[in-house]
Amino acid sequence: MNVFGLRLPAMSSLIVWGLLWELIGRAEFTFFVPPLSEVLVTLYEVIGTPAFQKALGETAYAFTAGVAFAVLIGIPVGILMGKSRLLDELLLPWVNIFISAPLTALVPVLMVLFGFGMKSIIITTTLFAIWIIILNARAGVLQINRSLVEMARCFGASPLDAFFKIYFWAALPEILGGVRIGVIRAVKGVIIGQLLISIVGFGALFELYSANFLMAHFWAVLIVLFALAFTISEFLAWLERKVSYYAAKR
Amino acid sequence: MATSQTKENVVQMPDAGPEIAVSARSITKNYGSVEALKNLSLEFPKGQLTSLLGPSGCGKTTLLKIIAGLLEPTSGTVEVNGHEVTGPGPDRAFVFQDFALLPWASVLRNVAFGLELRGVAKSEREGIAEKYIRDVGLAGFENSYPHELSGGMRQRVGLARALSVDAKVLLMDEPFSAVDEQTRRKFQEDLLALVQNENKTFLFVTHSIEEAVYVSDQIAILLPRPSRVSEVIRPSGFRDKGVDNIRRDPEYLDIVDRIWASLKSYVE
Repeated sequence: MNVFGLRLPAMSSLIVWGLLWELIGRAEFTFFVPPLSEVLVTLYEVIGTPAFQKALGETAYAFTAGVAFAVLIGIPVGILMGKSRLLDELLLPWVNIFISAPLTALVPVLMVLFGFGMKSIIITTTLFAIWIIILNARAGVLQINRSLVEMARCFGASPLDAFFKIYFWAALPEILGGVRIGVIRAVKGVIIGQLLISIVGFGALFELYSANFLMAHFWAVLIVLFALAFTISEFLAWLERKVSYYAAKR
Repeated sequence: MATSQTKENVVQMPDAGPEIAVSARSITKNYGSVEALKNLSLEFPKGQLTSLLGPSGCGKTTLLKIIAGLLEPTSGTVEVNGHEVTGPGPDRAFVFQDFALLPWASVLRNVAFGLELRGVAKSEREGIAEKYIRDVGLAGFENSYPHELSGGMRQRVGLARALSVDAKVLLMDEPFSAVDEQTRRKFQEDLLALVQNENKTFLFVTHSIEEAVYVSDQIAILLPRPSRVSEVIRPSGFRDKGVDNIRRDPEYLDIVDRIWASLKSYVE
């Protein structure tokens, strides 16, 4: 964007919002919002502490595992649903129910089924992420040019070849879009899981800080989390742009 | 001069009836209650180009896809070089109307893709692909991507891919309909040379009368609803007169007129 002939770098608007935050904090409207500068100082202090690093480690573990399951199960299931009418008829209602369901309400059931530990948190994360990944992979396969599929058959592609050399690549732009949204939902899933199932990781920190009204700490952790989610999402958006050159011409 | 001499050697085929490469026997294809093809029989001589010509919706592409093994006929059989067709096979290669190139792969990989699916080693298949890329006139574009090429160049990639698997039968589904007129004329001339130089059988679907008459050794006219072969025309006189003289040859013009007269009533 250009302002008064000056070219502003991307995301300069954050400066404006940061300043606004600082002003509101300084004005002391509410103790819930300490000034941004205070939050950043706290952030710097908190990052070095073992409690934070343990929380980061646990969250990263649950998040990575949850997203990995969602991707590794979601993409093949989505592709197969796009390929097979029967599978689609069987699974699509469930996918549509789960994608719109308030999954948070399911978490207590997961606790009963899988215990009060990491396992349940990972499953919660997966459940938050997987449906949109399935739907997008399916949509990606459904719009594949029929003649690409016929071409593969003509030249003797085995079903496995067709899967890995045609369907996956042809659906890749949609798949990446689904993974990106899935990852954003997984951030929700991992935090909700940590808060509701067992008080570990960032969930424990949120609980600790908000219960003790350590608002600067609370915001600091939140900023870290937002930044992580944003970075991953931007990385995936970058990957998406790398394949977008053929998205319109399949 | 040189071309007309080589032609003389090739055209010396005995008229006693050339060997048949592909034969379709009483093919019927129904889509639900719609009869797309009805009891259609047709033979395709080896080493020659046969066009399937007809108004749109006459089932010419359906027939081609049945021969390719992509569609199953409701009844009837297809034989390719004496073997009954049960599905796609290495004896047939297909050139698609919309090119069907992998947009995420380079020209080189696209051309080599048929060989890749057959498990040919990378260096070997790329060597073969490079040869055919040169043959179709795309040397220097090996590492380009399809979206960087014009429509005509993309179809050359599709053609090179079909040639590189060295199938005996080449099935072409309106291969030139998506390219501009000048490119299309160049393609037609190149196709004539290809039919002469490669010992392959060409099945060519087109909706252009002029194109069919220009490139074909044999033209099968298909009439719709349900489709059947109404006529098979074998132009004989102008094939050896050189590519530049065909379009003003009286026989060429007569055949074009004759076909138009019989198709006219089917045009809505």
